[in-house]
Amino acid sequence: MTETPDTTEATETVDDQTPETLGVADERRRRHEIWVSGTEERMPFAAATNEGAQEMLPRDEDPALAIQRGIAVDDDFLEQPRIVDEERQIINMGPQHPSTHGVLRLQIELEGETVRRVKPIIGYLHTGMEKTAETLTYTQGSTNVTRMDYLSPFFNELAFSLTVEQLLGIDLPERADAIRILMTELNRVASHLLFTATMGMDIGALSMMIYGWREREVVLDFFEKVTGLRMNHNYIRPGGVAADLPDGWQDDVVSLMGVVSAGVDEYEELLNENPIFLDRTLGVGVLTPEECKQFGITGPIARASGIEWDLRKAMPYSGIDKYEFDVPTGQHGDVFDRYIVRVAELRESLKIIEQVLDTMPTGDYRTTDPKVTPPPRKRIDESMEALIHHFKLFTSGIEVPPGTAYQSVEGPRGEIGCHLVSKGGTRPWRMHWRAPSFAAVQALPAMMSDSLIADLIAALASTDPVLGDVDR
Amino acid sequence: MAGVSSEPGFLVSTLEKGVNWARTQSMWPATFGLACCAIEMMGTGAAHNDLARFGMEVFRASPRQADLMIVAGRVSQKMAPVLRQVYDQMAEPKWVISMGACASSGGMFNNYAIVQGVDEVVPVDIYVPGCPPGPQSLMHGILTLHEKIMSGEIQRSTGVL
Repeated sequence: MTETPDTTEATETVDDQTPETLGVADERRRRHEIWVSGTEERMPFAAATNEGAQEMLPRDEDPALAIQRGIAVDDDFLEQPRIVDEERQIINMGPQHPSTHGVLRLQIELEGETVRRVKPIIGYLHTGMEKTAETLTYTQGSTNVTRMDYLSPFFNELAFSLTVEQLLGIDLPERADAIRILMTELNRVASHLLFTATMGMDIGALSMMIYGWREREVVLDFFEKVTGLRMNHNYIRPGGVAADLPDGWQDDVVSLMGVVSAGVDEYEELLNENPIFLDRTLGVGVLTPEECKQFGITGPIARASGIEWDLRKAMPYSGIDKYEFDVPTGQHGDVFDRYIVRVAELRESLKIIEQVLDTMPTGDYRTTDPKVTPPPRKRIDESMEALIHHFKLFTSGIEVPPGTAYQSVEGPRGEIGCHLVSKGGTRPWRMHWRAPSFAAVQALPAMMSDSLIADLIAALASTDPVLGDVDR
Repeated sequence: MAGVSSEPGFLVSTLEKGVNWARTQSMWPATFGLACCAIEMMGTGAAHNDLARFGMEVFRASPRQADLMIVAGRVSQKMAPVLRQVYDQMAEPKWVISMGACASSGGMFNNYAIVQGVDEVVPVDIYVPGCPPGPQSLMHGILTLHEKIMSGEIQRSTGVL
């Protein structure tokens, strides 16, 4: 804790020092004190921000540790003639920084303007959601998981619901699956629109921020109409979806698609041949396919490096294999390819949405299994069974048999996977998530080492990390 | 001046009104986005809702240039000291809006990781409910803060006024 030596002690300890230097050091130390959360106590800033094992280690320790943990990055960088140590400095970027997309902290070792090493430090948004899930029933669970990757709430809900349904061993009506695909693909559109907006802003194309948000709001308006909320919907639930689509949803989707595709045309006109944008993105933050595999990168980042891997094709879920779409890939694995791949994916998603619109089946929007779906109000008055099911569902919840299950879906950032362990009963015994942003953040050092500071921002923006997904 | 008013304190009170008006009309928020609410906060500043109407479109990255801290999202135990540090770095007079259920009370995350309300760390002027609050809710919160400043209800300035 804070040391505030009183005058008698101070005079004893400074016998061999000059009082002036101690005064300066003391003053400096006091200026770097901060409050401890929830108390009136203060502690030294250095102690408060010490990350322990996450801290960037001195140069001579780092390679040894990396080899020991098997995380040594094979780098093509040729060591320059030694630069004197005075010119090397370690700076912090974040956790409060506008370009870190939340609360990511990067420790960066600089030599002049060149980034030599990067160490991502995470955990500033750790919410304990996996632990909280153990206290929530399966019905309440989707309320929790939707807040993880808050830019793709439907995908979180979908992965969770599919896993629970896998444990329950139930099949869904076709309409429920189609609604799920419709909403998740719209979510992908919204997420990629936000990516173009924030990436444009980070790179300096500030007007992209305004444009991207303009189209995203249109999508969010539709979400609000369907689910009642703009984000964190809790709409896809184990057993189906929360409610049927509202009347006239077809017209809304048609007009939405028109607005979005017109908007995307504008972005491409604005960015694709913009010399400043090209200078900032071409050949920047390159990840090779091998590095992608080593770091467990999935989604648009891997596809930009040329890995043709999309869970919608490889392990289809919710009947997505019924719809025709392409998997766009890049070649160079740089920031520009990641942007191009995402924009192409956005158009593919619009294609899927169009097909869902034409082929939306009629029927129930949730399963009719009485152990999962509560009976309609009228049935409770007629049937004793229905009354019992209703009572059981609302007092304890859905009973899930013991077992483990894993199910993943192709989110806007890659593979979002949910692993559930059930010991029977109405609450999961353990829930764990495979988060795509987590892998992307761990790959930042491979992307950023030996680039310039400005390129670092571009590389970070291109991974489109969501820190809620990283830290959970 | 003698003909303007015979009541004592006229000049000072009118000056204070003018200063408060100036403060409300160009209140620069610090970018302190944490989680889901941050996206809605950015949405408030973007095209559809256009926070610039209230002279607030300049989200300052440096707390030293900001007057208002919008705590947008859940504050973890690890983030709390950072939040306090940023608040301490802001120049007086400064205000805090706690945006969303998590920042106001911990929300649905009553567990080991989340600070149960950001008012445990910094003084809060306005609580905006919602999970996340829509841009309209946030703007209502901001306008309420403006009203409170104009009415002189909250005044934490250590300066001359």
